[in-house]
Amino acid sequence: MKLAVWTYEGPPHVGAMRVATGMRDLHMVLHAPQGDTYADLLFTMIERRDHRPPVSYTTFQARDLGADTAGLFMQSARDAHERFKPEALLVTASCTAELIQDDPGGLAETMGLPVPVIPLELPSYQRKENFGCDEAFLQLCRALARPMERTARVTCNILGPTALGFRHRDDLQEITGLLSEMGIEVNVAAPMGASPSDIARMGQAHFNVLLYPETSESAARWLERDHGQPFTKTIPIGAIATRAFIEEVRALSGSTLPVDESRLRMPWWAASVDSTYLTGKRVFLFGDGTHVMAAAKVARDEMGFEVCGMGCYNREQARPLRALAKEFGLTALITDDYLEVERAIEEAAPEMILGTQMERHIGKRLGIPCAVISAPVHVQDFPARFSPQMGFEGANVLFDTWVHPLVMGLEEHLLAMFREDFEFHDEAGPSHHGHKAQIRDLGAPVAPAAAAEGGSAPPPAAPPSADNVIWLTCAERELKKIPFFVRGKARRNTEKFASEKGLHEISVDTLYEAKAHYAR
Amino acid sequence: MTSLPQTGCRTTPVLRERGQREVFCGLTGIIWLHRKMQDAFFLVVGSRTCAHLLQSAAGVMIFAEPRFGTAILEEKDLAGMADANAELDREVARLLERRPDIRQLFLVGSCPSEVIKLDLSRAAERLSAIHGPAVRVLNFSGSGIETTFTEGEDACLASMVPALPKTQEKELLMVGALPDVVEDQALDLLAQIGVGPVRCLPAKRAELDPAIGPNTRYALTQPFLGDTHAALQRRGAQIINAPFPFGAEGTTLWLKAVAAEFGIGPEKVDEVVAAPRARAEKAIAAAASTLKGKRIFFMPDSQLEIPLARFLTRECGMEAIEISTPYLHTDIHGPELDLIAQGPVISEGQDVDLQLDRVRASRPDLTVCGLGLANPLEAEGLATKWAIELVFTPVHFFEQAGDLAGLFARPLRRRAILAAQHPNRMEAAE
Repeated sequence: MKLAVWTYEGPPHVGAMRVATGMRDLHMVLHAPQGDTYADLLFTMIERRDHRPPVSYTTFQARDLGADTAGLFMQSARDAHERFKPEALLVTASCTAELIQDDPGGLAETMGLPVPVIPLELPSYQRKENFGCDEAFLQLCRALARPMERTARVTCNILGPTALGFRHRDDLQEITGLLSEMGIEVNVAAPMGASPSDIARMGQAHFNVLLYPETSESAARWLERDHGQPFTKTIPIGAIATRAFIEEVRALSGSTLPVDESRLRMPWWAASVDSTYLTGKRVFLFGDGTHVMAAAKVARDEMGFEVCGMGCYNREQARPLRALAKEFGLTALITDDYLEVERAIEEAAPEMILGTQMERHIGKRLGIPCAVISAPVHVQDFPARFSPQMGFEGANVLFDTWVHPLVMGLEEHLLAMFREDFEFHDEAGPSHHGHKAQIRDLGAPVAPAAAAEGGSAPPPAAPPSADNVIWLTCAERELKKIPFFVRGKARRNTEKFASEKGLHEISVDTLYEAKAHYAR
Repeated sequence: MTSLPQTGCRTTPVLRERGQREVFCGLTGIIWLHRKMQDAFFLVVGSRTCAHLLQSAAGVMIFAEPRFGTAILEEKDLAGMADANAELDREVARLLERRPDIRQLFLVGSCPSEVIKLDLSRAAERLSAIHGPAVRVLNFSGSGIETTFTEGEDACLASMVPALPKTQEKELLMVGALPDVVEDQALDLLAQIGVGPVRCLPAKRAELDPAIGPNTRYALTQPFLGDTHAALQRRGAQIINAPFPFGAEGTTLWLKAVAAEFGIGPEKVDEVVAAPRARAEKAIAAAASTLKGKRIFFMPDSQLEIPLARFLTRECGMEAIEISTPYLHTDIHGPELDLIAQGPVISEGQDVDLQLDRVRASRPDLTVCGLGLANPLEAEGLATKWAIELVFTPVHFFEQAGDLAGLFARPLRRRAILAAQHPNRMEAAE
């Protein structure tokens, strides 16, 4: 048993629904009690879908448990087939139905429905939403994809976009355009937009482009093994990765057509002098493994940030993420407990968070700006405008999105110079954001500096470490004069400096010695 | 006051359906209950689905640390029940240690905890013995196999009733979780009329819990409190039957029924409510100009459907096509049904596909439905009102009556404003 307040991922059947809802002419019968229909609103409200997800819920109740829940399932499957006339049916159970062990797959098989019926085993008490996506798509491919002759011209499939995915709609459009520029047609993009008969002809493509390992890596590996289709390993997020992706596609396809980079503005936007202030900004990254790994490289190599922490909530990506974190000189945080993420962020005291909607709220509480780079999604993650994360336009979008929450360069300087101004002080927040500035009460006395956090004095014998160093009142007051967006970093560096020097107390001098020590 | 219709809907044959239900389970009630009871924590013993539901149903995640959480069952908890109980005790101990301000802990059963027959009432006894008297541990079921949406609040309040202290006093108990502002207005009106003392269930804090006994008279403020009603009767308390305090008429009738029970005549009530009632009628009239003559279809959701249909047909001039509720409690809803003129289909339960066929066939001007159906219906050119807003918004008593009417008028007004560029304007024009 594990206490959860907020979760990063839903249960695995929601993952299967994301696959089914992204597709056409497919229907899913979910053995589930009343109430599990809440999942419909994820799609109709968050993503603003104009159709109900293609899911029939058997809606069993307590009184059915002693009676015939299996019969209820078969009735629902029959009704769903008759009403919706899908090309194929997915059948599975939610967490409660898993416990009553009706075996929807076995039941559906005995019914002799005239369309392929694909059963899914989704262990709800072990796995989560991403597994549900990945497994549902794998089983669809295994059941439906037939060996076929390759197309005469070089084509590929795009694997991964689902309903309720973080910018999947726009990534798919951007990458389709990029491939078309390279002379490569998309044979099938799936799950999003594909029908079961499209899945059947996936074998015609020469290779696969895997956009989201979270939702479709198993399918990509199966297609590689059974259909001899290699797949791309580079995730085209950021300008550098997009160019690497283009090279990878050229190697797989033999394409030699030039790709027009004139619409890629991000490298110049990052290099122009206005962006100097971004240098070395300490960022903390958290989200799904794929987006975090890609964003970490963009943050360091294309934005000039310093990555001070990274982690992911999906254990499936723990291994590559740990390896990348090591390369950055960090230890990866692998957890789906958001309180743990909050503690890690508090401790790292970054100047910015690149995270999910959860981290956005953590940032709000801690006063740290945050840009969203990954699912779980929120209605705000489905903008009306075209806003991909991938490809060259995606790189442009990353620049804008990541810079927007920050205090801009010259404003940062002014805040540092005139931080006592009653309406233009650092706690007022970036001036280009619409919220109401908090005007400081000039009459209020300056609060006496509180004792350092964790207040009790360390036993004198203990060697100084970052958490038992005491801030003298004057130093604490001086620290408050440093603008809030670098205060956490200054506090941390000073404490680290003091403990390295064996100091038990921090004075104003220690503060400035530390500043000189870490100067770059 | 408008007179009774010649024949109300109390005897109308009820269309009963069962099939796919597009409703929340009772866990959803936690989202408003945990704000109402300020020293209570709601611990759902369930699956990842339960946690995901609470997060999603809250719509916008309430990231201030909520006073609810889910103890997510894992594979090993399913294998051995003794382990599940030990795990639960450990999680509760950890939780109470972190939240020393908690005085009431509700263990909330879910579909999986019920299917594996995890006995939460015994767990509640055991944990009360460990953590009492500082913390009272109660349990109720919010599972989808037992409860529909607002039934969760009913189950919660019903679980509190046996533990309430005894009294012989003649007091009024107002039952149902109301927003604070509404509760204060109601208490003020009752005080002016001269009804008292008045207690509330649920109370804001455990130490304010009401005492009950054979002289307790209780009035429900929500139409979905069937089990709480039964539990109060078992304690000897007596119900005051009345229409529910929605709209100017409903609020007046509710207050008169309560006053009568305390020996106060209707003239006194009329005198006290004259001004707020006139304000309410004025505010309703503003929205009613949009609603008059419009046809409305209620899909089953919050169990507020019957009182709301009464309000909209009698005070806003709407025509009801179908009034559907998850459960029809004839004794609680009877006074409401008497007031609704015959005509609409009254239905209980749901087969969502068949019901949507009826919606499409009758093309109502406004369909009240859950969030899962709203955008799909809008895309078919049918205006909708999300039902969940009706339980998340202050809508009871006089000062909110105009807001209540406004909730229904707004989708229609919006549609009219956007008509020229609505993507489905062809259908809408039909």
